[in-house]
Amino acid sequence: MEVWASQLFNGLSLSSILLLTALGLALSFGLMNVINLAHGEFIMIGAYTTYALQQVATHYTGDPQSGITFLVAIPASFIMAAAAGYLVEVSVIRFLYRRPLDTLLATWGVGLFLQQLARSIFGAPNVQVVAPDWLSATVSVTSGLLLPMKRIFIIGLVLACLGSLYLYMYRSNEGRRMRGVMQNREMASSLGVSTRRVDSFTFALGSGLAGVAGCALTLIGPIGPSLGTFYIVDAFIVVILGGLGQIPGTIMAALIIGMVNTVFEFGTTAVVGKVLVFAMVILFLQWKPAGLMRARGR
Amino acid sequence: MISRLSIPNAVKGLPVPGWLGDVASVWLAPALVLAALMAAPLLLSDFRVALLGKFLTFAILAVSLNLIWGYAGMLSLGHGVFFGLGGYAMAMFLKLESAGGKLPDFMFWSGLTELPFFWAPFQYAWFAIPMTFVVPAALAGGLGYLVFRSRITGVYFALITQALALIVSILFIGQQPYTGGTNGITNYTTIFGYAINSPTTQTVLYYATLATLALTYLLCAWLIASRFGRLLVAMRDDENRVRFSGYNPAALKTIVFALSAGIAGVAGALFTPQVGIISPTMMGIVPSIEIAIWVAVGGRGVLLGAIVGAILVNGAKSGLSESFPAIWQYFLGLLFIGAVLVFPSGIMGLLRVEGWRRPEWLSADRLPRFAARVLPGVKR
Repeated sequence: MEVWASQLFNGLSLSSILLLTALGLALSFGLMNVINLAHGEFIMIGAYTTYALQQVATHYTGDPQSGITFLVAIPASFIMAAAAGYLVEVSVIRFLYRRPLDTLLATWGVGLFLQQLARSIFGAPNVQVVAPDWLSATVSVTSGLLLPMKRIFIIGLVLACLGSLYLYMYRSNEGRRMRGVMQNREMASSLGVSTRRVDSFTFALGSGLAGVAGCALTLIGPIGPSLGTFYIVDAFIVVILGGLGQIPGTIMAALIIGMVNTVFEFGTTAVVGKVLVFAMVILFLQWKPAGLMRARGR
Repeated sequence: MISRLSIPNAVKGLPVPGWLGDVASVWLAPALVLAALMAAPLLLSDFRVALLGKFLTFAILAVSLNLIWGYAGMLSLGHGVFFGLGGYAMAMFLKLESAGGKLPDFMFWSGLTELPFFWAPFQYAWFAIPMTFVVPAALAGGLGYLVFRSRITGVYFALITQALALIVSILFIGQQPYTGGTNGITNYTTIFGYAINSPTTQTVLYYATLATLALTYLLCAWLIASRFGRLLVAMRDDENRVRFSGYNPAALKTIVFALSAGIAGVAGALFTPQVGIISPTMMGIVPSIEIAIWVAVGGRGVLLGAIVGAILVNGAKSGLSESFPAIWQYFLGLLFIGAVLVFPSGIMGLLRVEGWRRPEWLSADRLPRFAARVLPGVKR
């Protein structure tokens, strides 16, 4: 029983990271029909921002486990990844609207470039971020069930991001414009919404969320220049299952994939688990080709 | 809306050659390339010929991708898998021949005591060689049937094939006793009784690859000129219209995807004996998407383009990546971006009789608008 509870908990924390990654992809596809294969590299940027910040803090304070550094690293990762996303949008992606397959290739090129940049700056070997003391603890729920504080923190972080995203999309003017452009680009444009600005902002927002995911990943394991590629395919499977561009569908799909993956892995091996999840998604699409949620027609 | 999304501008914007251009691009240019490739072993060192032989298998692979991407508009990011499956089928045959009735070395190391049942038939060439086509074609046919039946197209298809590349490569890595794991299958000694590393054998393999490439080219050229080919292009441009005209796009797509995968498998089968190894690094996400860049650089929707692109990009890769690996990575990244942004019709597009057509975003009437955006104080 306790083993299962702790497995489910691990599944939940995997889901939450998948979700944070997939949200940005869902946003940029829903808004601009852009498939961003460089999204994994924004995760990597977030992770390396955290690492660099810790290196700087260690240099000045001599204490690698300063908890404050990590708290500062979360918004810093967001800002760095969002800035990188903004640059990519205005320099490459804006020229490729209505050519989704081409954006796919161009963003892959951007990803290769960014990976090599990270390799040139930080070196090819993986690096490790030291988690602050207060995150290294475990919380015991029952005598046999110990939950690592790190994973609880990640789930909380993702919930906070989701909450902020909700407030942004549904309670701010910027967010209202974004939803307007998502629903009907021409109409929003003719009502005076600068769709170009909305596009760039949304893309930066999605990239920023990936950066936060990267920051969270530093708690789980070592990071390297190709960190993003491990997560990107899973994130795309989530987006496909959820229905391209559908936020609620993406959330449901992330929960399902994270859980099912963990359960399959527990029952069999990691590889067989992944194969089973892939087969499950293909079969599910036979039943609902547009994914869990589909865009309403207009 | 749907039709606007499904037509790649690059492909739509390609100039249509007149009959002179047609003759030049369909017969004359390929004949010149073929002649050059036939003469190559006489002029180059053994090392270079071996390298070129490898590139020729990549060229076959690129032609197979061009068939479905350039003409039918389906970008597969999993073609490395089909190439790899063909390569593994061949490797199983070569390995069993080299083992001479004993258990292959890597199985022995992994603790197997007897040959797995699915390995046994691969000791016969009459079984193994057709399988290099059949296995990938069957996988693509099965996946394609499920995917196209639910009308999954465009980027969904690309992403699903990419997931396939990930899944199959980790599956092969994980099944060490049956597939050789990360190391793949290597150390062959003979092929049909001849020493595999001898220069004569390698030259024969080179010409066999060249012949296969020529046959593949002819097959694809014939297909594209046929009614089937025109349906493929029609489907790329407006799938619904083809459907409403009474055709079944799902069946057409499944057939062409399976055929393309089969050709990719044959390319893999020719790769294995020339390079001497097949491993999961040939099947993952990264090698699979690189095939697309060969086709894009050469020119999608032009058969010869894939061949030219595969040879040029791989030539540049082996030249640059050995001496400057970092520069190669930057270059490859920029190549992906440039191939879609700056020269979407590829080298063959530049060489067309009509000459280079300026991409839409570079056209003069858009420049003032662009300037207004980037320069402060300039109002539209």
